[in-house]
Amino acid sequence: MKLFLKIWRQKNNQAKGKIVDYEIDEISPDMSFLEMMDVLNEKIIEEDGDPVAFDHDCREGICGSCSMFINGEPHGPDKLITTCQLHMRRFKDGDTIYIEPFRAKAFPIIKDLVVDRSAFDRIQQSGGFISINTSGNTLDANTIPIEKEYADKAFDAATCIGCGACVASCKNSSAMLFVSAKVSQFSLLPQGRVEATDRVINMVNQMDEEGFGNCTNTGACHVECPKGISLDYIAKLNREYVKANLKK
Amino acid sequence: MNKKITYSLNYRKPKNEYSSDDELTVCVRYYQKLDNGKNKVVKKSTGIKCKLKDWDSDWHKADNRHPIKASDSDYLEKNRILKNKSVDLHSLIKDRNVSKNISPLNSKVPKGPLDLKWSTHKNNVRLVSPANKRNIDIIVVGTGLAGGSACATLAEQGYNVKAFCFQDSSRRAHSIAAQGGINAAKNYQGDGDSVYRLFYDTIKGGDYRSREANVHRLAEVSSSIIDQCVAQGVPFAREYGGLLDNRSFGGVLVSRTFYAKGQTGQQLLLGAYSAMNRQVARGKIQMNTRHEMMDIVIVDGKARGIITRNLITGEIEKHSAHAVVLASGGYGNLFYLSTNAMGSNVSAAWKVHKKGALFANPSFTQIHPTCIPVSGDYQSKLTLMSESLRNDGRIWVPKKIEDAKKIRNGELRPVDLNENDRDYYLERRYPAFGNLVPRDVASRAAKERCDAGYGVNKTGEAVFLDFSSAIIRYGKEKALVKGLDIEDFELVKSLGKGVIKAKYGNLFQMYEKIVDENPYETPMMIYPAVHYTMGGLWVDYNLMTTIPGCYAIGEANFSDHGANRLGASALMQGLADGYFVLPNTINDYLADDIKTGPISSDSPEFNIAKNRIEEKINKIMTNKGSKSVDYFHKILGKIIWNNCGMSRNKKDLNSAIKEIQKLRKEFYKSVKVTGDQFSFNESLAKALRVADFLELGELFAVDALSRNESCGGHFREEYQTKEGEALRNDDDYRFVSAWEYNENIEQSKLHREHLDFESVELKNRSYK
Amino acid sequence: MFNSSIGRKVAMALSGVFLIVFLAQHFLINITSVFSEEIFNLLSHFMGNNPLVQFVLQPILIAGVLFHFIMGFVLDWQNRKARPVSYAMYKGSKNSMFVSRNMIISGIVVLSFLGLHFYDFWIPEMDYKYIKSLPEDPNRYYKELVHRFENPYRVGLYCFSFVFLALHLVHGLSSSTQSLGTNNKYSEIIKKISYIFGISIPLGFCFIALFHFITFYNT
Repeated sequence: MKLFLKIWRQKNNQAKGKIVDYEIDEISPDMSFLEMMDVLNEKIIEEDGDPVAFDHDCREGICGSCSMFINGEPHGPDKLITTCQLHMRRFKDGDTIYIEPFRAKAFPIIKDLVVDRSAFDRIQQSGGFISINTSGNTLDANTIPIEKEYADKAFDAATCIGCGACVASCKNSSAMLFVSAKVSQFSLLPQGRVEATDRVINMVNQMDEEGFGNCTNTGACHVECPKGISLDYIAKLNREYVKANLKK
Repeated sequence: MNKKITYSLNYRKPKNEYSSDDELTVCVRYYQKLDNGKNKVVKKSTGIKCKLKDWDSDWHKADNRHPIKASDSDYLEKNRILKNKSVDLHSLIKDRNVSKNISPLNSKVPKGPLDLKWSTHKNNVRLVSPANKRNIDIIVVGTGLAGGSACATLAEQGYNVKAFCFQDSSRRAHSIAAQGGINAAKNYQGDGDSVYRLFYDTIKGGDYRSREANVHRLAEVSSSIIDQCVAQGVPFAREYGGLLDNRSFGGVLVSRTFYAKGQTGQQLLLGAYSAMNRQVARGKIQMNTRHEMMDIVIVDGKARGIITRNLITGEIEKHSAHAVVLASGGYGNLFYLSTNAMGSNVSAAWKVHKKGALFANPSFTQIHPTCIPVSGDYQSKLTLMSESLRNDGRIWVPKKIEDAKKIRNGELRPVDLNENDRDYYLERRYPAFGNLVPRDVASRAAKERCDAGYGVNKTGEAVFLDFSSAIIRYGKEKALVKGLDIEDFELVKSLGKGVIKAKYGNLFQMYEKIVDENPYETPMMIYPAVHYTMGGLWVDYNLMTTIPGCYAIGEANFSDHGANRLGASALMQGLADGYFVLPNTINDYLADDIKTGPISSDSPEFNIAKNRIEEKINKIMTNKGSKSVDYFHKILGKIIWNNCGMSRNKKDLNSAIKEIQKLRKEFYKSVKVTGDQFSFNESLAKALRVADFLELGELFAVDALSRNESCGGHFREEYQTKEGEALRNDDDYRFVSAWEYNENIEQSKLHREHLDFESVELKNRSYK
Repeated sequence: MFNSSIGRKVAMALSGVFLIVFLAQHFLINITSVFSEEIFNLLSHFMGNNPLVQFVLQPILIAGVLFHFIMGFVLDWQNRKARPVSYAMYKGSKNSMFVSRNMIISGIVVLSFLGLHFYDFWIPEMDYKYIKSLPEDPNRYYKELVHRFENPYRVGLYCFSFVFLALHLVHGLSSSTQSLGTNNKYSEIIKKISYIFGISIPLGFCFIALFHFITFYNT
């Protein structure tokens, strides 16, 4: 198939970027979206151009590296997948495809489609952990039984791959879904309850410092989340946060 | 060794006969002390000319050591060139001395009974006081399960950790993609599991090519891993009673695998990542993301730092420390197509190998039989489908080659092929185990059929994994239970599909997403793919390589899996090394460094290494080539896959060596990298990685060629029984092959670490 | 706490819920005008002359309104700042409701309506009571109300604004329950109730306006 690509090109963080048009031919519908990008880059290299930079690594939907905003949606038109799992059969011959980076002030562009998501790391560093030593001299793993329901809910929250689609899709560039998943994972488990108060306050403060927008409950994040993390976790985060502040 | 490099002017007549405006050539001199006590002078012209009046004869006293004074109009450029020339000469001398230092292999396994070795060793190693730990830096390269857990623990002990990863966050290391689970000898299920059984299963699974003491230690610490992870908040699967659930995994008779749905690797990595985050927040870990290790720096025979490339700015940076830990993962991407992440590479390990660390068993690779096949030349990566599918799927290809052709061309649908025209080759060849033969056997059998022309997809490299009989079987069972009509075909089918969906729903969905075929209606297509490398840097019992102060942990070392890894053991090994083993053993080495003080990264050793990398990058960037990096990587992958893949023979291995040598030459001649070296440039990063794969590939073949036996994942066609079984040769090859680097890789020197088995009896791995 | 994004969100929700309660109360009083002039006058007189209502609740209400819309503007401004370069192609409709993405627009319409409404009722009322200090006539309210809905343009404008109010409430009410942390087995029901409530109150107001308009023309 033949496709018309409109790709955001930006040399570095300081440079001004713009949409550049590319035409690409002989794309197999069985290709993944990133393989299509590989083909494009091979072509650009052949013509001595600078290949389009994009983040990618595991290419099986778990590492959370890939971060393209395709035709107006993060990770493209399909739901519950990442860009690397999107296949070209989803598009038609002759389609025009817009490819942009995840945009947010807190995700500065490094080059082309590559953005700096270290804000997420810093949020985690501000409290996304349980403060125990890694000596192995902890309680036996079965000492604290955990209700299956809570264990499963904690797991569902923990499946977040930190890709940033929630921020990218949100009209306010809010990171609330990400933070809520992290906070909920720990606060649902007895091990994590101990530090729950400080954790939620610190993580929310760090989130605000990073320059993410405010949540206005549009729900775009959970629709676009490749791991289907529910909006309920945001409600839980709100509750935890208010509770923590009343306690402090 | 006495090293002294000086600059001098090349006087051709007595000094007083020159006027101050005369120009002379500058040369670099090196005085080498010979064994007989005499000095040998090596003198090299630099091609730089300098007027006598501009020459600073006291250059060695100045800080910048510039021999040409500022009165020369071009002094900066000239001094720069001179510096580079001296560095060149220095490195030449340096290299001659690297490989001489390797002592005979000493695995340093403690004495005493097997089950007491680790505890005795822990009691005997030297410790470093908390006050001294604050003054010691450790570099950790890679932040997967092994690296991440090591960073966290070392930082917590008080060391200053400098962590490096090429990903944009330490959470994205490829450990995250592990699906199945993690083994631990907890015996929660009361099915007779024990440390000894886990140890024994692992040794046997590795086809008796791993070090007994290491494997036993792994089994011993396994249960602490689970305690640790649960305390960290890793949400393992639980039963309704609130206790941890276990599943059973390939090739063992007990349920000892802990899991978190199909995302165990992700959850464990996030656990290690959270432990790291805690230390980053405390300032004990300095996290450097998007940094790729380019070289290791050895000062006075000890690993003292690394050179990295900042992948955003392209800057080459120097980082010093008292010890260097490599947790850089495996090198499955040598095959181009593998289940590894796109960025996974051997460069860090290979650079260490080139500086003197031995590389062990490079050709021991695990090839997983159930992956989604390659669909075209553009394919960049393969996806694993869980091994559990072989419990219910039957593997087949058409009996007649014409049918295979028709299926490939789409003229015939697989479901329309008569039962009698199908060849269930695993059931035919291995009637006892059928479709459940071990991974290596299943993989080789699929390759054999496809090579013979029976492959069933467009590229001819796929076999069918068929669930139709399982669907009918389960459907009938269900109909009977429900008291429905088992003769109603459609009803039985839909009931059966329900059962299969409950068991493998997510895998079927993943398959459908990638291949765009409904596996409930038509058989799946699968083909083997590379997914783990058992080989790696040789390490002793303390996990130290043959370079003092340089450690290797996780998949980067060769340690515990022998010639074949058991399922759910990779996660166990990574975390065991990082959380529990290395943090104990590294103290013993660092106890000598408490008075060393900070390591300067401004020594000649650092500068040389940095300059060499810059030169290499310059060379690649300015190469007037015409072919992209992927072009070479794909060819290399094909050479390795075809000649050193699931089965190997002498002729193919020999030709692979020659082909790789040729390809390597061509690579440097005609590789083309576009873009800017001082900005984010993935093709440059890839070029540097592929350059190392091109060297490793040759050693890979050399290793496979040298091992004249079949064991585990290494199957030499010359060494098989009449029935086509692997033929191990314990008398001649019961050793670890540890290779010493040689510029001519074919001439790499083989060191043997003989393996003694005190607690287990060597048996044939039988599955017939 | 109210300096943080969640704090502001909770404050928005609380002030919103407060305004909705007021709206419900306002509606309940107004709807009496449809069936009983006396009750309406009675209630209006009470509201207009009870010192507690006039001097405690009324200022609180005005503060609530001011807070809600100022905070709304501040949040919107911050949110725009959080994405300095906007997407060339953004398909919000694929993942969220139009109303939820455009609260600021529906909010501005409602705010402008509030201006009109003040001009129509509140300012004359203040003028009557506190500036001119005219003697209180407990039966004037109904007449004033009916009089306002004689003009078809005004009725049209009112109904138009009520539609936007409905749009604002449909998202606003369910959103405030989310902001206040409701997530349990009742969440879904609460959401549904809030949708129904959000639509029915403005519709009710529309009905009152149209009712008086039509009755006026029919008599």
